[in-house]
Amino acid sequence: MAKKENNTKGTDTKTRGITRRTALKTAGALVGAGIAGVPAVFTRPAAAQSAGSKPIKIGFMVHRTGIGAVYGRWYERTTIAAVKLINQMGGIAGRPVELVTEDDGTDPKRGAEVVEKLAVQHKVDFVYGTLFSHVVIASAPRAGELKIPLFVASEGYHVPSGTLNRYVFQPGITDVRSQVTAITGWVMKNLGKKVAMIYPDYAFGYDHRDFFGGAVKQKGGKVLAQLPIPPTEASFTKYFARIPADTEVIYHVMVGPAVLTFVKEMGEHYGSKRPQIFGFIDSLEGVDIASPGLEFLEGTYFWEGLPRYAGEYPTPYEKFFRKSVGVNDDGASVKDPKDVATYAHMFSCWETLFVIKQAVEQSGYQNPTPQDYKALIETLENFRWFNEGIEHPQGHKKFIGKLHQSFGQQFISKVQNRKLKVVHRTKIKDSIYSSDVDYTKQAL
Amino acid sequence: MSFGPHLFLALLEGTVTAFVLALIALGLSLVFGVMRIVNIAHGEFFMLGAVLAWSCSMLVGGGAFMGFAVALVVGPLIVGAMAIAADGLILRRIGYQPESTIVATIGLLYIIQQVVLTFFGADARPVTPPIYFRVVFPWFGYSGYKLIVAGVSGLLLLGTWLAMSKTKLGLYMRATQQDQEMAQAFGVPVRRVYAKAFALGAMLAAVAGVLVVPIQQAHYLMGLDPLLLSFIVVIIGGLGSLKGTMVAAFLVGISDGVVSVFFSPTLAKIIATLLVAAVLVLRPGGLFGEEGS
Amino acid sequence: MSGRLTGKVLTLHLGILALLFVAQFILPAYHHTNVARIMVLATYAVGYNILLGYTGLMSLGHAMFFAAGMYGAGLPIYYLQFGAIQALCVGVLVSLLIAAVFGIIALRTSGVSFLIVTMMFAQACYLAILYFNRVTMGDQGFILSKSLEAVSLGSFEFAFSDPAVKYNVAWLLFGGCFLLSAVLAGSPTGRVLIAVRENEERTGLLGYNTFKYKLLALVISGGISGAAGASYALLFSYVGASFASILYSIYPILWTLLGGTGTTMGPMIGTGLMFYLVDIASGLTSSYLLVVGAVLVMLILWFPQGIMGAIRTRWLPWLP
Repeated sequence: MAKKENNTKGTDTKTRGITRRTALKTAGALVGAGIAGVPAVFTRPAAAQSAGSKPIKIGFMVHRTGIGAVYGRWYERTTIAAVKLINQMGGIAGRPVELVTEDDGTDPKRGAEVVEKLAVQHKVDFVYGTLFSHVVIASAPRAGELKIPLFVASEGYHVPSGTLNRYVFQPGITDVRSQVTAITGWVMKNLGKKVAMIYPDYAFGYDHRDFFGGAVKQKGGKVLAQLPIPPTEASFTKYFARIPADTEVIYHVMVGPAVLTFVKEMGEHYGSKRPQIFGFIDSLEGVDIASPGLEFLEGTYFWEGLPRYAGEYPTPYEKFFRKSVGVNDDGASVKDPKDVATYAHMFSCWETLFVIKQAVEQSGYQNPTPQDYKALIETLENFRWFNEGIEHPQGHKKFIGKLHQSFGQQFISKVQNRKLKVVHRTKIKDSIYSSDVDYTKQAL
Repeated sequence: MSFGPHLFLALLEGTVTAFVLALIALGLSLVFGVMRIVNIAHGEFFMLGAVLAWSCSMLVGGGAFMGFAVALVVGPLIVGAMAIAADGLILRRIGYQPESTIVATIGLLYIIQQVVLTFFGADARPVTPPIYFRVVFPWFGYSGYKLIVAGVSGLLLLGTWLAMSKTKLGLYMRATQQDQEMAQAFGVPVRRVYAKAFALGAMLAAVAGVLVVPIQQAHYLMGLDPLLLSFIVVIIGGLGSLKGTMVAAFLVGISDGVVSVFFSPTLAKIIATLLVAAVLVLRPGGLFGEEGS
Repeated sequence: MSGRLTGKVLTLHLGILALLFVAQFILPAYHHTNVARIMVLATYAVGYNILLGYTGLMSLGHAMFFAAGMYGAGLPIYYLQFGAIQALCVGVLVSLLIAAVFGIIALRTSGVSFLIVTMMFAQACYLAILYFNRVTMGDQGFILSKSLEAVSLGSFEFAFSDPAVKYNVAWLLFGGCFLLSAVLAGSPTGRVLIAVRENEERTGLLGYNTFKYKLLALVISGGISGAAGASYALLFSYVGASFASILYSIYPILWTLLGGTGTTMGPMIGTGLMFYLVDIASGLTSSYLLVVGAVLVMLILWFPQGIMGAIRTRWLPWLP
């Protein structure tokens, strides 16, 4: 059935063709139009089997509270939109998707408890979601012990690092190491070779410190200064003084509530005589670039996971995605233009859910039994590509089964006239790093 | 940046920090001194000031300056009212017993924080400064508004000192602080003085929050760090001594800036917390023990 | 006299333990792991109660002992491939040591000073864990399940991922500390501690070296808290800085107050009740910490004795 080599492309050509047509139709119309083009998906043998129309329960762990709450809010909206679409398309293998949501409070201890609750009390088929690395790391062991797949939408390096377990996957978003690997060449070539790095003094920051620092050296650049900043720091002026005068590029990945202060103070400190500045949009997710005090960002560069402003990546799939999740052309909520989206990350929820759909349908998964999970995991590990389409609006993804991780394109944007304009798109091959990790060799 | 300008920048930053810290710590010290209690929710009053300032900036038309001016008056008043309510409903009923108060104020901290989370949300929200200009030094630029904050804080501190030393309420507070029983015997309405002291402490923190929010952003968790810092300041300065609090605020504020030139800030914080513990351990009288020691 | 380790008291305690043991065969799967978790955390509360309930010293820094046990067990497993039992011993030893050193330095203070000193030390420990993040992995933490081997006793293998193992290890831990607290409460030493709590000066005048007794209480309290921390690491596999934060110093205060300070059964009841309150509340609202705050305030206003304390006062004065 579905597990043979001709599926190494993730979906066979016939289905891909239908999905494209469907996407083009629905891009112009409301969501309901998609149904006509999709029957091929459920005439596949997997879907016709006897789990019938019992709902598939997906446990959604989300940061409703805690420092990740801004992301959590948008993750939830994206998830609901994706589930709605999947159900309108006929569900997963003909079965409706039922979402069970639990708040993990952006707290590692609570994360592990939530995995437990979703798996054991709510008896979900899969656990999915969450974002902050420390929550992922604390939750993964429990998923491994309970032997339930955990699909994380995190962008942390934890999954492909090999330190988690075979039940954890990150198919819907790229990891920070690949992002950094992809952009370093462009930064060295276009902005400068002498870099000062500013990053938060915890795991997310260290990943940048290590991977970017390493990549810079490899490409012939030099890291002049590394400035770790404690997570609760509210004032940054004193750190700017430590940036050497001959710095060509300031690389910053500050996150957290104080980010606006960081940018403002950077602007106050430097004025117009400044080095090139490259940051990650993580700093400004949920924040309007045109906010007062952020004038200083004009002419600086950002990595974006998916461009916030409409028209910067004008595919019909991106347009469809933007509309479905209720985001306007400036990257904010259509209901409240002050509510800016975490657009560079939230697509991960959408894409992950569609990967789950695909994995279930191709593996013949029906019930949360060890055999069905094994089939699902092995099927997943054999995927090679996720094609761009309504299911994957951010772009093609190369999936490396051994790492349980997807690789995709990255966007580099410049702030021009208080908006972000894409100046470069990286190639997937530039983002792939070498690794000995192989989850497929682990027992289930 | 070379050493001289770096140090200058650190001193500037440290001074601004010191003034704001002094405002917050003064409130805590007042409550310690007059009421003999530790208010763990003190940082939340600071946060409330910031959040209310943001609300005012959203609700009041007329530009950033108007919104800010309204916030400067309305914010502390609302927070003061809340403090009086907390005093009457909770603290008075437990008789200001030190350990119970700590537990009760921890509870208050969570209640305030979570209510703000529910209504204000989890985002950090910016507030436009009422006056903004950039001061250009030869080596770096600096926010003019920060200098204004330092100035206004200084004025408020002066005002508080005047109130404490010249007004009747100030006299009552100082008397209660020195010897509660004697004060009561002399007809000082201790209960009401307590309520007012608590309110005043909260209002000072709230004003600091309003002043600071254009520099930082309003965020529901922003009260925790100032709480810890003001603890450090109040204890090093000596409890019940407002002057000591002021001196310690400057010490801590400026050294925070200067130390960061040489050391990692986390290390500096570790040293500061241990220093506080050392002060407490080495003073045989403890916090409320033999006065004047 | 209340609390003496009479037959009645002993039977009560053993009975409760027996109930808990039997419960693992009846409880549905979700609650099974919850009760295991509760038992480990209740052990932490038992440790805390020895200092607060019996000796009358409130600490706002017990997370440093819990974390000492957790990292004391976790780091050797992660870096040196220690076995579970050795790691547990190291964890307990580390927390005993830290409690002793801390006690010698800090016990000359009392009341609010003591409270703030504990808070400051615990905060310094938390910051130190973050500062030395190359070793401790800071707030991201690390996982033990890979490095932790199953324990072999004779021909039996006990893997920590097995829920039955989790439950029974938690039960053994809790049972041991629970009984220890009961014995201590009823013993002459325990009565001196209670005397120190009631009136330290007079107890000193009676000839007791109150400092020594307070230190003893602190060390036992720290050791039990550390044992809980070490067990938490072993059973739930995650070691991280969040466990050293002030929230984890506030939790045991909450649990003991709710259950009743100065009672042996209070910690367990308080921990269990709060765990489920938070669990249920987080199903209803995203601001579940509001429940924590509200409960604290209500307790302090109307039930300062806690549940078991109220029961003891009204109906069962012989409870320890």
